[in-house]
Amino acid sequence: MTILSRLRETALLMVGVPSYTAYRAHMAERHPDHAPMDEKTFFRDRQQARYGGKSGGRCC
Amino acid sequence: MTLREKLGWGALSLLAACALAVIAFVRGENVNALWIVAASVSINLIAYRFYARYIARHVMQLDPSRTTPAIRRADGLDYVATDRNVLFGHHFAAIAGAGPLVGPVLAAQMGYLPGTLWILAGVVLAGAVQDFMVLFISMRRDGRSLGELIRMEMGAIPGVIALIGAFAIMVIILAVLALIVVRALAGSPWGLFTVAATIPLAFAMGIYTRWIRPGKVGEVSVLGVIGLLLAIVYGGSVAASPVWGPIFTLTPIQLCVLMVGYGAVASVLPVWLLLAPRDYLSTFLKIGAIVALAIGIAIVAPPLRMPALTKFIDGSGPVWSGGLFPFLFITIACGAVSGFHALIASGTTPKLIASEGDAPFIGYGAMLMESFVAIMALVGATILDPGIYFAMNSPAAVVGTDAVSAATAVSNMGFLIAPDALTQAAKDVGESTIISRTGGAPTLAVAMAEIFSNVVGGPAMKAFWYHFAILFEALFILTAVDAGTRAGRFMLQDLIGLVVPSFRNASAIVPGIIATALCVLAWGFFLYQGVTDPLGGVNTLWPLFGISNQMLAAVALVLATVVLFRMKRQRFAWVTMVPAAWLCLCTITAGLLKLFSSDVKVGFLAHASKFADAGASGQILAPAKTMAEMQRIVFNDRIDAALIALFLGVVVSILVFGIRTCLAALKADRPTVTEVPPQLVAAE
Repeated sequence: MTILSRLRETALLMVGVPSYTAYRAHMAERHPDHAPMDEKTFFRDRQQARYGGKSGGRCC
Repeated sequence: MTLREKLGWGALSLLAACALAVIAFVRGENVNALWIVAASVSINLIAYRFYARYIARHVMQLDPSRTTPAIRRADGLDYVATDRNVLFGHHFAAIAGAGPLVGPVLAAQMGYLPGTLWILAGVVLAGAVQDFMVLFISMRRDGRSLGELIRMEMGAIPGVIALIGAFAIMVIILAVLALIVVRALAGSPWGLFTVAATIPLAFAMGIYTRWIRPGKVGEVSVLGVIGLLLAIVYGGSVAASPVWGPIFTLTPIQLCVLMVGYGAVASVLPVWLLLAPRDYLSTFLKIGAIVALAIGIAIVAPPLRMPALTKFIDGSGPVWSGGLFPFLFITIACGAVSGFHALIASGTTPKLIASEGDAPFIGYGAMLMESFVAIMALVGATILDPGIYFAMNSPAAVVGTDAVSAATAVSNMGFLIAPDALTQAAKDVGESTIISRTGGAPTLAVAMAEIFSNVVGGPAMKAFWYHFAILFEALFILTAVDAGTRAGRFMLQDLIGLVVPSFRNASAIVPGIIATALCVLAWGFFLYQGVTDPLGGVNTLWPLFGISNQMLAAVALVLATVVLFRMKRQRFAWVTMVPAAWLCLCTITAGLLKLFSSDVKVGFLAHASKFADAGASGQILAPAKTMAEMQRIVFNDRIDAALIALFLGVVVSILVFGIRTCLAALKADRPTVTEVPPQLVAAE
C-alpha cells in the first residue's frame, strides 16, 4: 500500500467506512455464491451500522 | 538489545530525566513549554518500548499465532483484519474527544506541575494499561462489549451494575459537554453563527453523500471544510451586523433550551442527514487541529507563564473547589486515565485487529497519543497570562462581569492584570468579553489563537483562529451529544428491558421514543442545573463527570485484575491492581468528600443543608433570589448527592464482586477464564 492510499483508508475508517476492496476480496474468497453489495449499498450499510446502532458512543 | 539500541534508550532516558528535572525544579524564571513536550514524548516512548512490551510478553502472553476475531469471524464489514497503522488512526480518533482538552485546562489552576506529573504517571501506569487490557480481554472474546465481558467473567449482577454505571456516566458526559458548548457560545454571536451554520452545511453534505455522489466522503469533507472556513470568515460580519448580531447573541438559558431541543431532534433524524456528515467534519477537523497544535507548539516554543504551583493547591481555587488529593486526579480524567475508553476498546477496535501482536501499538500506543493531546492542552492553558486564565475561568460570582471588577478580583488572587489587558484580549479574539468564560474550551481557544497566529497570519488572524478553535471543539462536542443520546437510548432500552422485556426491541418506535426522551431529559436536567448555577456549573458538573469516568476506569481495571486471576496469572496482577487501587482510592475519597464534606464549596449535602436551613428561617441566600430558587438549589444538591452515592455504590460493589471472584479463582486449580479457545492462524 502506498502512503497516500493508506492515509485515505485511515481517514475513511476513522469515520466508520472500512475498505470496500477488502470487502469484495472477502466475499469473492469466502462467499463466491453470494452477490456482494455494490459500493453505494456498502457505504449506506456501514453508515447505518456506525451511527444508527448501539456503538454510537463517542468518547468524551 | 544491541549496544546501539541501549545507547539510544539510555540517551532518551537521560533526556526524560533532564526535562522532568527542569519542569519540577526550575523556579522564578519561565520554563519553556518544550520541556514539558520533551518529557512527555520521551517518557511515552520509554513506557511503550519497555512497559507495554513487558505487559504484552509476560502479563498477557500475547500470541501472534492465535487468531483474532477479525480473522476468525471475518465478514468484510464489522470483522476486518486491518493494517495496524490504519487501525491506530481509527482507534485514536474514537478515543480522543473533548475530555483531554478540557480537564488539563481546568487543572491548570494549581499550576503546570501537578497536572503534568499526573498526566505522565497516570497514562503510563493506569490509562494506557486499562485501554490495552480491555482491548486484550475483548479481543480474546470475539470483540464483546464491556458489559458482556463483566457478565462473562464476574457474573450477571456485576454486569447489570456496570450497565447502570455506564448509563449514568453517559448522562453526565453529555450534560457536561453540552455545558461547555453553552458556556463557550453564550453571548458570542460569531461563535454561535459558525456553529449554527454547520447544521445546514451538514444537511447539504448529507444529501450530497446520500444522493448526488454516494459514498464520496473525501470529496464532501473538502467541500464541508471550505464551507466551515467561509462560515468563520463571514461570522465576524454577521456578529457585527445590527440585524443578525442580536439574533445570534443568546443567553446561557436560551442556549440550554436550544441544546436540549437539538439533542432530541438530532437523535431521531436519519443518520445520513446530520450525524454522519458532521462526524466527518468533526473527525477530520479534530485530527487536523491536533496535528496543527503540535506543530505550532514546536515552532513557537512558548514559555510557560503560569507558575509551577499556585497557592490554589490547598483547594481554595476559583475554577473548581477541593484540594489536590483527590480532586486533581478526577479533574484530569481523560489524558491520564479515562474509563470511557473501556467502552471503545471493547467496541469496534477488537473486531478489526489483525494480529495479537498489534495490540500493544493500538491499545497502549493510542492512549499515549491521547495523553500527548492532554499535555498540549495543559501547555495551552499555562502559556497564557495567568491573569487572563483566572479572569476567564473564574465564575462571575467571584470576578464580576466587567473588566474592572475582574481585574481587581484576579489581581487580589495574586495574578496582576490590568482591566485594559482583559478588554484588549477580548477584542483580539473578536469577543465582547472574555470574563468568566468558564468550561475550558474558550481558554484553550485563546491559547490556540495565540499559537496559530504566531505561525500564520499574525495578530490580525487571532479572531479567526479563536473562532476556528471554538468551532472545532463545539463540532465534536455536538457530534458526541447527538451520538451519545442515541447510544444512551439503547443502553436505557437494555436496562428497562431487564424489567419490561418488550422494551429491548431496538427497532420498536414507542420504546425508542420513550428511551430517547428519558435520555435527553436526564442530561437536559443536569445541563439546566449547570447553566443556572451561579458558580458557572463547571464547578458542580466537572467533578461529577471526573468521578464517574474514573469510576468506570476502576471497574475496567477490576475486571482486568479478575481476568488475570482467572488466567492463573495473579503473579502479574499488580499491573492492574495498583492503578485499580489508586482509582478506587481517588473516586471513593472524592465521592465521600462530595457527599459529606462540611465545606459548602465541596460537599453537596452541606450546601443543601445550608440553603435548606436558611430557607426554613425565611432567609434568601445569594445567588438565589426567590424562595423557589432556594428550593431548587437544595433539590439539585440532593440529586447530585444521590448520583455520587450511586457512583460510590457501583465502584464499591464491583470491587467486592471483583475480590470475591479473584478469591474463587485462586482456589481453582486451573484457569477459569472464558476465552475463545486458541486456534492457529491457517498457514497462508
